[in-house]
Amino acid sequence: MARMKFLCDADRCIECQACVTACKNEHEVPWGINRRRVVTINDGLPGERSVSMACMHCTDAPCAAVCPVACFYTTDDGVVLHNKDTCIGCGYCSYACPFGAPQYPQTANFGTRGKMDKCTYCSGGPEPDMSQAEYVKYGANRLAEGKLPLCAEMCSTKALLAGDGDIIADIYRERVVTRGYGSGAWGWRTAYGDTVTV
Amino acid sequence: MTYLSRLLVALSLVAAFGLIAPTGAQAQVNPTESSVNEDAMFQALGGENAIVSGRTTIPDRAAGNLIQPDNKAWAALQGQTLHTLSIVAVVGMVALLALFYVFRGKIRVESGLSGRTILRFNWVERFAHWTLASTFIILALTGLNLIIGKSVILPLFGEGVFGTISAYGKIAHNYLAWPFMVALALIIVLWVIHNIPDKVDLQWIKQGGGLLKKGVHPPARKFNAGQKVIFWSVVIGGIGLSYTGFMLLFPSIAGSAADWQFYQIIHALIAAALSAIVIAHIYIGSVGMEGAFDAMGSGEVDENWAKEHHSLWVEEVEATQKRNTTQVTTPAE
Repeated sequence: MARMKFLCDADRCIECQACVTACKNEHEVPWGINRRRVVTINDGLPGERSVSMACMHCTDAPCAAVCPVACFYTTDDGVVLHNKDTCIGCGYCSYACPFGAPQYPQTANFGTRGKMDKCTYCSGGPEPDMSQAEYVKYGANRLAEGKLPLCAEMCSTKALLAGDGDIIADIYRERVVTRGYGSGAWGWRTAYGDTVTV
Repeated sequence: MTYLSRLLVALSLVAAFGLIAPTGAQAQVNPTESSVNEDAMFQALGGENAIVSGRTTIPDRAAGNLIQPDNKAWAALQGQTLHTLSIVAVVGMVALLALFYVFRGKIRVESGLSGRTILRFNWVERFAHWTLASTFIILALTGLNLIIGKSVILPLFGEGVFGTISAYGKIAHNYLAWPFMVALALIIVLWVIHNIPDKVDLQWIKQGGGLLKKGVHPPARKFNAGQKVIFWSVVIGGIGLSYTGFMLLFPSIAGSAADWQFYQIIHALIAAALSAIVIAHIYIGSVGMEGAFDAMGSGEVDENWAKEHHSLWVEEVEATQKRNTTQVTTPAE
């Protein structure tokens, strides 16, 4: 079984924000929520790099460890999903996540955060695959259609890679060897315990 | 020097420059190669747990934090350590009390009930106590549910029941915190004067409060040393819970994510400790001791109970009553 991961090759990312836009459009993400975002490090300085970041679908996900209502589950593909019917919007997962993935549709006063929303790796939620109920709560289920996450699929420079962890690590390794440099698999050590070594 | 040799020197100089120039260009670094590197960045920021952040186009500045590995440490603490600690505190205290009940049994009024009663707590005191007590119990149970519910209620009652309890529980926890704080303030105003530690308490503690042996009744005023411990635990713990809870409700006031995590840990630790203390308080105020519940029930306690447990207070009350009656019976000149 594949173990799905994301890898952003920061040496290719041109900060075009197309992944962000594609994600919002594909899933009809509510206002104010960014399931994916692009962070530019050393902005305006030599060696500036941009990294596209979303939920990394961690091994031993810390969000699942702190969730008081146990609404998280990991699929056979290694994707970390959650059940919005169970979620009480307590906000704990947003403090446990090292990548700032969990977000909430309401930010008014206390107790009204709303159900948490995050990247689903384009694979919906606990509802039947590709059902209307699933689409309304979690967005499209591209994995069930045999497709990979849209953000990575439409990345113009192929900076953002999605797919089986071993395969995308090999692709990245080959790139680093060919061009002679690489800024690293951002977030891998934190999410999966070890990074891609070349 | 001949023209020929001069020409040779000039030519060699040109040749040298021609050779030097391209080598200079070759030594220049490849700008794309000198990029920021994840490993180097973590090292430069001070270890593997530094926060890597940059600029985003999102107005929320916290979104600029790319990787915050420290969050995992809090997750482990909240998900495992506090989970275990809360269970140990509550189950441990219940087990201790069960043992105490088995060996000591219910503490009876040894001289029997007299049938005469004296007023121990007036309606304002009882109102404050029960407001604090009822809100605390709901806050404690809903808070405990957030920490251990998924390993206790979820497997026992299923997802539907547990989900409903947790959703309403969270709302209850957020809103009942406010009457709890009001009642806490009221309690402080009403009882702080009776709870200042004094010499009588030392004697009470030396005799173990008479809890362990029959026939031992150390003197005490309105509140004995044990009750003073409860009072100050509730006051200090309650203020701590209120302050940290306020920060948890308003994360923007709390500050950074790390600050919020700190308040959460303190909140959970105080809650576990205070819950254990209050369980003991509930025990001794109900099944643990004959006649004790009346103090907060009707407010009137049996005179013999009062004499056994609060001898000095009974003397004070009787002295005041005597003074009042003499004042009334003495005719005005």
